[in-house]
Amino acid sequence: MDAALFYTFAAITLAGALATVTRRNPVHCALGLIFSLLGVAGLFLLQAAELLFAVQILLYVGGVMVLFLFVIMLIHLEQAARLRQYSRQWPVALAALFAVFLEIYVLAQSGLPGLPPSPQPRLNAGGNTERIADSLFYVYALPFEAASLLLLIAIVGAVWLARKKEQPQ
Amino acid sequence: MPQLNAVPMSWYLILSAILFTLGVAGFLFRRNIITVFMSIELMLNAVNLSFVAFSHQLRQVDGQIFTFFVMVVAAAEAAVGLAIILTVFKNRQTLSIDEVSSLKN
Repeated sequence: MDAALFYTFAAITLAGALATVTRRNPVHCALGLIFSLLGVAGLFLLQAAELLFAVQILLYVGGVMVLFLFVIMLIHLEQAARLRQYSRQWPVALAALFAVFLEIYVLAQSGLPGLPPSPQPRLNAGGNTERIADSLFYVYALPFEAASLLLLIAIVGAVWLARKKEQPQ
Repeated sequence: MPQLNAVPMSWYLILSAILFTLGVAGFLFRRNIITVFMSIELMLNAVNLSFVAFSHQLRQVDGQIFTFFVMVVAAAEAAVGLAIILTVFKNRQTLSIDEVSSLKN
């Protein structure tokens, strides 16, 4: 059962990712990415990360991807689709891609190191959300505050960048 | 207690590696800034997937916290990055990364 679900979500994820990388029209790319993100959300759920499943759908699919689509709508689409689709640096890119493939192959050949035995008996003893909240607000309180500061700076920066420039007199 | 992880973790890691490679391919090959940006999101997601797989394997919640922070940073990056893309398009009327190269020489 788990294996079947894994294969389903993995197929959705990979098909979406392939569409993102290969499609000509940016809207199709964005839709492919949405499918890919939904597949990853399903894989999160399969691994008992319920909070991340919800956050993935709310934040990524509901927030970031809608932002992407807004920007694509704001920019002239026809022009973007008529561009040359692949960069002129493709020989270098092919070499880099081959290197990444080689690394993955070596990793797959050498196998994973032995993992230490689990310190806790169960992952979600008191519920996934409660455990994440405990960890986030006790152990990772400072990074949490830093992240909120980062978001504030990003909001201000995005508004400042995208504002209408006044014409010089 | 039933077996928690019926699917071996290596499957998740291999999927994550393939997803990351696809993201790298898109990042390197594509010419449209928006698609390059989407490829970055793809790579971030691949890393998130392996974080969660390790979190599940080790029965510790820290990997999910890291994923949480990666998502926050990705959201901030998307907001600022898309604002930059809009500004570039307003100033240059192009989305091609090959033509935005005034820092090159």
